Amino acid sequence: MSRRLLAYQEVVAPTVLVAVAALLGTLVSFSTQTYFTDTLVKVAIVIALYVFIGNSGVLSFGHVAFVALGAWAAGVLTVPVSEKPATMPNLAHFLLHRHVGNVTSLVVAAIVGGIAALLVGVPLMRLSGLAAGIATFAVLEITHNLLQYEEKVGPGLNTFSSVPETTGLRQAGIGAVVCVIVAFFYARSRFGRLLRATREDDAAARAVGASVYRQRLIAFTVSGVIAGFAGGLYVHLLPVQIDSVYLDLTFITLAMLVVGGSGSLFGAVVGALAVSALDSWLSVAENGTSLLGWHIDLPSGSAEIVVGVVMAAVLILRPNGITNGRELRLWR
Amino acid sequence: MTVTWQNLADGVALGAIYALMAVGIGLVFGVLRLVNFAYGQLIMAGAFALAISSQHGWPLWVGIVLCFATVLVLSVAMDYLVFRPLRGHSPAVMLVATFAVAFLLENGALMKFGALGKIATSVASLNRPWTLGGVEIRKISIVAVIVTVVCLFLLYLLLERTEIGLQMRAASMDSATARMLGVRANRVITLAVLISGVFAAVVAIMLTVQTPLVTPDFALRDTIVVLAGVVVGGLNRPIPATLGGFAIGFATGVLGGALPSNQSQYLPTFVFAVVILVLLVRPRGLFDFSKTVERV
Repeated sequence: MSRRLLAYQEVVAPTVLVAVAALLGTLVSFSTQTYFTDTLVKVAIVIALYVFIGNSGVLSFGHVAFVALGAWAAGVLTVPVSEKPATMPNLAHFLLHRHVGNVTSLVVAAIVGGIAALLVGVPLMRLSGLAAGIATFAVLEITHNLLQYEEKVGPGLNTFSSVPETTGLRQAGIGAVVCVIVAFFYARSRFGRLLRATREDDAAARAVGASVYRQRLIAFTVSGVIAGFAGGLYVHLLPVQIDSVYLDLTFITLAMLVVGGSGSLFGAVVGALAVSALDSWLSVAENGTSLLGWHIDLPSGSAEIVVGVVMAAVLILRPNGITNGRELRLWR
Repeated sequence: MTVTWQNLADGVALGAIYALMAVGIGLVFGVLRLVNFAYGQLIMAGAFALAISSQHGWPLWVGIVLCFATVLVLSVAMDYLVFRPLRGHSPAVMLVATFAVAFLLENGALMKFGALGKIATSVASLNRPWTLGGVEIRKISIVAVIVTVVCLFLLYLLLERTEIGLQMRAASMDSATARMLGVRANRVITLAVLISGVFAAVVAIMLTVQTPLVTPDFALRDTIVVLAGVVVGGLNRPIPATLGGFAIGFATGVLGGALPSNQSQYLPTFVFAVVILVLLVRPRGLFDFSKTVERV
């Protein structure tokens, strides 16, 4: 087999995993299905994190800001025009009478996320290490603060109501696969390779002419596009409120990436699915469930605690994550 | 915007408390190269100890002892269970791990005490004002400044005048060389973690005076702001880190009190915009004037 064909097998495993998750979702009751849909949206967010953090090795706490912006853009544009004066009375004029369809809103969300990431990245991508971590955190704080009080562009502190709930299993599944493919082709492109070279050895990569700044900026923008798109999927899934796209989501998605192994796309998908599965199963168990004949009834709040423990344990025992940061290849 | 004396006093007091937190975070970073995101949850645990004690009507000293005991036990447990196994990993992995610990502790508190929280009234009497030359200033503002100065002075004595302090400074400057010269890494790290825990307990007591309602996310926002302040000041050295913590506390304290509410709601945006700006202009820290250049 040609080397190119062999390389393409790396996109197969993540795609199959996403497809299996989506198909499993069709087999369960409607109320359980939400967990699967939610998981697939999380997969998209974690892939966004992977594109930047995984390839560059620079930590970012700011990507949920782009998720939030994508959610706001897609949400504001798809609330029926007749509902807007009631639910968002202070909306800016040009948004008050605009309305777009489902797919268009996702595209707009992706564009908004990408533009925001580009604008933020131009100054911020010169930083690395802890300074980059804190600066991206600052971006999250600022976005959260502005969206919370700026009622011209959204519902402010209120929950997004009357957004059409178009993100079912199918839309979330297709969305996640699109993200897998974009991330795969980015990582294979010369940009992805150059960025990984800077991750492995900054000085050597500079010496062969790679611009760390430019490569990081490209990755940041691509991951912003994916994050915005994921935000669009999210707002169509359930009524989003500003705090649902803030610290908790940042924590859980970073946990997913690190648990799976931030060095590979396969790791990002495995981590998202594994942590989601654990988290959802535990939330179900909090309401009482049975496993292999045992009746389990966990106190509420235990899901978060177990996820925290698992994450710390994986970090200590396997600092490169479950997949050790490798792609899955059946043939060498 | 009008700045009153009380605003300034509040700013100085908050700056003092944040400076202590900054030192607590900076000490552990010095010896372990680890940014402890879970520092706020240590303070939260101490505050809950105070709240429980005041709920039972126990005397003040019992509450304070309980607060110190809780925070110190948690600090040491954190060191043994998380920091030690992670020693030598990349800073990013360690930061995410402490993120996990923070999440864990916050949700543990949520499960045990509920989202509504408990009220710590034991030291609330410090909230009453003193009148100094016609200006009313809350006692806690003055107490916070005095306590912080005393704590920092004691730390200074420890670091500059004792053998173990010298070892600690050596370890935070170059851990590998220090160990080769006979510094026992575990002793130094344990001491740093303990001192950082003591400061967390002190901060817990002072913060409960200002905010008697203790919830599971108690001190979380403060920790985020202090972390930003510490990085802005310069994480590598204790004095710049302390100054960074003080500066961001002073700024939020004064502006939070002086701005009208329709402007002060955007205070986080302003503060974090300044943080980004400083990081861009001086990525190694605002107050770090050392000349060392990072080498390949």
